[in-house]
Amino acid sequence: MSEWRFERPPELPLPQPTEEAQPFFEALKERRLVVQCCTDCGALQHPPRAMCGSCQSMTFHWEEMSGKGCVYSYVVTHQAVHPALVGYTPLATVEVALAEGPHVTSNLVDVPPEAVTIGTPVEVVFDEVAAGVVLPLFRRISN
Amino acid sequence: MTAFSNAVAIVGVGETDYSRASGRTELALSLQAIRAALDDAGIEPREVDGLMKWWVDTSTEAEVAANLGIRDLAWWGEVNQAGNVGAPLVAHAAAAIHAGLAKVVVIYRGVNGRSGRRYGRGDVTGQGGRSGGAFTEPHGLLTPQHGLAMVARRRMHETGITSRHFGMQAVAQRRHANRNPRATFYDRTLSLEEHQASRLIVDPFHLFDCCLETDGGGALVLASADRARELGRPIVLIRAAAQSGPGVGSPAARGAKRLFDMARIGRGDVDVIQIYDHFGPFVLFALEDYGFVDDAASLVDEGGTDFDSDRLPVNTAGGHLSEAYLQGINHLIEATRQVRGESTAQVSNVRFSFCDTGIGTGSVILERGES
Ligand SMILES: [Zn+2]
Repeated sequence: MSEWRFERPPELPLPQPTEEAQPFFEALKERRLVVQCCTDCGALQHPPRAMCGSCQSMTFHWEEMSGKGCVYSYVVTHQAVHPALVGYTPLATVEVALAEGPHVTSNLVDVPPEAVTIGTPVEVVFDEVAAGVVLPLFRRISN
Repeated sequence: MTAFSNAVAIVGVGETDYSRASGRTELALSLQAIRAALDDAGIEPREVDGLMKWWVDTSTEAEVAANLGIRDLAWWGEVNQAGNVGAPLVAHAAAAIHAGLAKVVVIYRGVNGRSGRRYGRGDVTGQGGRSGGAFTEPHGLLTPQHGLAMVARRRMHETGITSRHFGMQAVAQRRHANRNPRATFYDRTLSLEEHQASRLIVDPFHLFDCCLETDGGGALVLASADRARELGRPIVLIRAAAQSGPGVGSPAARGAKRLFDMARIGRGDVDVIQIYDHFGPFVLFALEDYGFVDDAASLVDEGGTDFDSDRLPVNTAGGHLSEAYLQGINHLIEATRQVRGESTAQVSNVRFSFCDTGIGTGSVILERGES
């Protein structure tokens, strides 16, 4: 299993973030995983929104996450239901529950699709998938 | 019951043939289904004064009205989101009739879902990395089934329900389709072993957990209960309707409370059930979330969703898995036929017929009326 490395299908869409989501992707370029945080009540929300769903404040800052979490759920794409997937199946996509609470969609860099399990502890790694585009991927935390 | 309960009836249902290549426009499919539904009701097209459509439907009310020769369209509308708005449309149309805004409302859906725009394709339904897709599509979540598979996998982890249980429901629905000459899989049987051996599309969904892709059309005609009594057909009253949108917790559970509070009946009073099955596993999840059972796995293990079971017959025309993927209008048509006693997998002595059209987004309870 140690041999296996995630190969991201190069033709998958790249993020085209809205204005309010851009700080998330800007921070990734600096190898930081951040989540929108309400300055008035402290609630974290991801994906970011214009208004805090807890207190309706519109004042936010960006809180850096520890990058640690665990696999909350996953899917494995077997049929290439998008042209970008042709030749790249099976492809596992995971939902990671960060230690601070928010969930992010990602891929595991060091676990083959057939070995992904819910509950696996993971930590973020950063992958520059195109010039100036960095995505948060995850790897297992070995005990 | 409220004043709304049983004030409005479904007086006509109709559909086209279901195929992989209709050779007709989506407008033509809708018009053909509407004609069938109006003939079924015994109502002339010119009596129609209200039209409602899925937001995603391509046939505008103006085109449909012109084709039907409507003299005075008094009321129209659509409900947004996606395929999951059939019961919400019934709720809107019934509310309009109850409020006196319209007298005869037609709800239609015509779609070339196989030969035209294919909802299962990421290059069709994807967002190109824009909007919320910025966070998911770069990692390979590209279609509705991807997000739903993620939910299903977590639910399997939490409850212990397995792919074999999903297969049991798929097999029950296939048996229903094998009795329904309209169904795409009318003449193809399915065994649990075949379900388990079918290829994985997006794990945990096997091929036979996924809905069909269908070209076809369906339509409903709604009018007041008083008008229904003049038509001489079996009377199908709308006892209760509920929508359930964003909020905290399961939409089905929240909608169920409103629905059954309005109907003033219990879950055990329901005789037959239709549930939106874009993906079969969600039928079982919905049975739990609506409060029909605590454990859907043991229900299907005992064959409890078969039409001739005395438990909870579910998707008695075959559903999206085995009849056609008409985005819930075929479920509403079948729920109506069950009340009339006209189903090809008829449950005996139906009084209350339940129909969900979107895993919580909307649901109705239909009741057999006295003529
Ligand atoms: Zn706040």
